[in-house]
Amino acid sequence: MNIEDIRKHFPILDQEVNGRPLVYLDSAATSQKPVQVIETIDQYYRGYNSNVHRGVHTLGTRATDAYEGAREKVRKFINAKSIQEVIFTRGTTTALNTVAASYAADNLKEGDEIVISLMEHHSNIIPWQQVARKTGATLKYLELQEDGTLSLDNVRETITSNTKLVSVTYVSNVLGVINPIKEIARIAHENGAVMVVDGAQAAPHIKVDVQDLDCDFFAFSGHKMCGPTGIGVLYGKKDLLEKMEPIEFGGEMIDFVHLYESTWKELPWKFEGGTPIIAGAIGLGAAIDFLQQVGLEKIEAHEHKLAAYAMEKMSGIEGIKIYGPKEAGKRAGVITFNLDDVHPHDVATVLDAEGIAVRAGHHCAQPLMRWLEATATARASFYLYNTEEDVDKLVEGLVKTKEYFSNVF
Amino acid sequence: MSSNNNLDTLYRQVIMDHYKNPRNKGVLEDGSLTVNMNNPTCGDRIQLTMKVEDGTVADARFEGEGCSISMSSASMMTQAIKGKKVEDAVKLSKIFSDMMLGKDYDDTMDLGDIEALQGVSKFPARIKCATLAWKAMEKGFQGEGE
Repeated sequence: MNIEDIRKHFPILDQEVNGRPLVYLDSAATSQKPVQVIETIDQYYRGYNSNVHRGVHTLGTRATDAYEGAREKVRKFINAKSIQEVIFTRGTTTALNTVAASYAADNLKEGDEIVISLMEHHSNIIPWQQVARKTGATLKYLELQEDGTLSLDNVRETITSNTKLVSVTYVSNVLGVINPIKEIARIAHENGAVMVVDGAQAAPHIKVDVQDLDCDFFAFSGHKMCGPTGIGVLYGKKDLLEKMEPIEFGGEMIDFVHLYESTWKELPWKFEGGTPIIAGAIGLGAAIDFLQQVGLEKIEAHEHKLAAYAMEKMSGIEGIKIYGPKEAGKRAGVITFNLDDVHPHDVATVLDAEGIAVRAGHHCAQPLMRWLEATATARASFYLYNTEEDVDKLVEGLVKTKEYFSNVF
Repeated sequence: MSSNNNLDTLYRQVIMDHYKNPRNKGVLEDGSLTVNMNNPTCGDRIQLTMKVEDGTVADARFEGEGCSISMSSASMMTQAIKGKKVEDAVKLSKIFSDMMLGKDYDDTMDLGDIEALQGVSKFPARIKCATLAWKAMEKGFQGEGE
């Protein structure tokens, strides 16, 4: 994998920010887009923009073929059995909310349990809080070990025969922890629960095989994996999806509409009410092509190497606190940290003046922040286009940040 | 550091002094106006307590967690409103808001240390940090006027 070649596909990286070459270390928030994705969307709007699944004209057919072609690319990408199991959504949040509002709201009742973990993103917490409120089910949390990882013993203790739904993130957006989803899914199934996976931080970086994981639902977003914003995917096992009611009603998703009742289209379209996100889906298809050309295994290996390099270099900075597991093999390309008593906002502002983009704040994971006993943290996250030189610049920037704040104090 | 000059317009000495040695840190006892406010996008939070006597801010204290800009702004704000009429305190908040937005602001009021925060207007991502304490103060006095 030649990083210089890869970087050439990302025009945005070739610029100066605040007079310094841009070092983009915020891909866990959103990734940059290769020219292939940008051009695919441009070609759609210039050449064959049209609504899908309607009418017979030529542009409409081209748009429909491209939109459904993207669905097939997603199916292969996650190894789903059929395109009926691939629903386009607005993103991970909408996908998880669909499972909550449809499957969970209709199947859970008082006395049932929902199990999630303390490291979840708000989008994998709040939908379940709402389900618990509406159905009377109880929300339970998997605890974290000292290094921020889950323990399978704790998973076995927490999931009981009353548990009807387990929802856990594959990769933590804060700790970078990669969770043993396959094992958790097995334990969930042994107890008769369905397994939901928040794959937002996994799909861009790890080869995902939903059949091998044997999860019941898998949610992810296009924009974190080189695709455009506004498009995401909900994978669900066909037998479950077939029994579920749509949550949005209107055009596109109907079979017959009578005066007082209607019937739905078959899967997956019954979950795609209204004109879908056509350009987004086609753009996501182009992103998948790009990632597969590079190779997910190579991307994953590159990020592990970079994370290990960054852990080593960053650990050498005096006064730095790095959260999550220390061993490189246990984490994806996400490093969350705090620097002495310099607030992460101030760290991010000083780094920004050096052209380095990192995230600062609570990362939409307030329960995890409380567990870490931090009100906020800074986070550097890496993707296929980042280099060891980027890490060196970050470390240099952090040393400067320390110096700057010790001087002004 | 290459961009020191730029950063120095943000992190002025007087700001760092308020951050390191906050004025009016603490909580006022019973009978005070209490306002809790947070910035949900970043996790900064402030608890502001204020005592009003005869339409004048007799005392103000703050507790909270946040970055240098939000905490120094809170420190300066409490310092500035003490002894002012409630209406003047609210007027000052409007002036501060204009300053943050880079608009021309009423300069007939003595702004004291607050003027040091002017540089924040050049860092749009940090404006919300600077205005947190001021919004809390305005919210507190909204109830007062009703």
